Amino acid sequence: MDLIANHISHRFGDLAVLDDISFTVSAGEVVAIVGPSGCGKSTLLSILGGLLQPTSGAPELRGAPPADSLNPLTFVFQDFALLPWATVEQNVEFPLLHTQLSAAQRRALVEDALRRTGLTDFRKTYPKQLSGGMRQRVGISRALAVKPAILLMDEPLSALDSQTRELLMEDFVRLLADGGMGAVYVTHNLEEAARLADRIVVLSRRPGRIREVVAVPMTRAARGEAAAREKLLALQNQIWSLIRNEAIDAEREVQHA
Amino acid sequence: MLDRATETSANETTRRVRFRGAGFVPASSRFGGWIALALVIAIWQAAGSARLVNPLFLPAPSAIVRAIYELAMSGALWQHLSASLLRIGVGWLLGTAAGVVVGFAIGLSRLARSVGITFISALFPIPKIALLPLLILWLGIGEEPKIATIALGVFFSTAISVYSGVDAVPRNLIRMAQSFNVPFATIVRKVVWPGALPAILAGFRITASVALLLVVSAEMIGAQYGIGAFVLQAGNLMQTDQLLAGVVILSVFGLVVGKVINLLEIKLLHWR
Repeated sequence: MDLIANHISHRFGDLAVLDDISFTVSAGEVVAIVGPSGCGKSTLLSILGGLLQPTSGAPELRGAPPADSLNPLTFVFQDFALLPWATVEQNVEFPLLHTQLSAAQRRALVEDALRRTGLTDFRKTYPKQLSGGMRQRVGISRALAVKPAILLMDEPLSALDSQTRELLMEDFVRLLADGGMGAVYVTHNLEEAARLADRIVVLSRRPGRIREVVAVPMTRAARGEAAAREKLLALQNQIWSLIRNEAIDAEREVQHA
Repeated sequence: MLDRATETSANETTRRVRFRGAGFVPASSRFGGWIALALVIAIWQAAGSARLVNPLFLPAPSAIVRAIYELAMSGALWQHLSASLLRIGVGWLLGTAAGVVVGFAIGLSRLARSVGITFISALFPIPKIALLPLLILWLGIGEEPKIATIALGVFFSTAISVYSGVDAVPRNLIRMAQSFNVPFATIVRKVVWPGALPAILAGFRITASVALLLVVSAEMIGAQYGIGAFVLQAGNLMQTDQLLAGVVILSVFGLVVGKVINLLEIKLLHWR
């Protein structure tokens, strides 16, 4: 299943946020979206996932989702969006409750998702008892439980400290390697983009337009090796030079909100 | 590095950095409240026993305890208390049920919000006891107008606290549920309801005191039995020990209700 941004534009009142964005995420592909703050990255992701109606254009799907997928487009949120009154396993089970699955089938999916994120021993804990990194693991576990075709990840690591971020990035590399799961990964962190994405969509400052699409010419597994470090840094610098001036302008801009 | 620093300044005397972070912590000592309460009652009792105050105006605590004991023994206490409890119980339940339904409707529906908030804003400020005469005309002079007054008072506070609670449910949790295609009814049951529960329980605290206020007021206006009627009667007969016995019973009732709500919060909101 491919996800297509088809000439998406969006305005909030008088403020043009996105301008004619078009690209395709092929099945199994990981596409990062980067750009200066306020360029509409997260807005674009909400539109792609059907949580926000664009002013014009539309998100589209091509091809059938995997037969076992319960929610082909699945979000992972920056603020985790966990139910604070529910335990880890109840949070992971939450998106399955309204499905036709039997209790046993639900339990099997929850078990599998907890195991893949290393949460099996934390099933009975509540979100407030967990560190930020573990909370986001619950968010990822919940997303895995519904067998997504494409993960829509909205700055999933930006609420975390740098060490935790590093650990979760390794988790992502592993999760995105071991199946046909694709992802749209919104981030302002160029290192994350360079480590995880097959292609990086670079957006301009508001209104966000596509400035460039940069392909990362390495397998995800190879990028973890020391030899790859220099190449990745060069790639990051290349992207940074694209957005640096705009990032300066964006930072100096008087906020509208 | 550290050692060298102390070495070079070894000939100078050191002084400790003064601690200046004390206070401004909202903590209370464990027995302070009880001791203060016991002290006030003891002084009051001593003043009464020494005949420093006229018992007609302020009877001693022992006299009040005696009055409560006698009321309990004669069965009068139960007669008055049960009348009040029945009115509060029925009135509070009716008002709460209606308030929760209307509050959720306002919180979840655009139409209900625009209509509901208009009426609530217009009617909420009316002191509900002022409607008792009208309610007596409508419903007769039995229990109904008293119960209706309490229900009305409870209804408005409940509706307001419920829709504020629904409004305060984090949007990101609702968007999360929508992103998993969770149907509306399940979102209401599994996200909005538990999310609004803290505000709803906090509202119970307010409506319990509203109900107590209204039952006493209504009983003072027209009732044969009930704590309010009893207190008024005792005042008319200058039986201040009886009067204060009634007041103490009201206070205990309020404390018990508060404790029950505390327990509910511990049970239902343990995740906070």
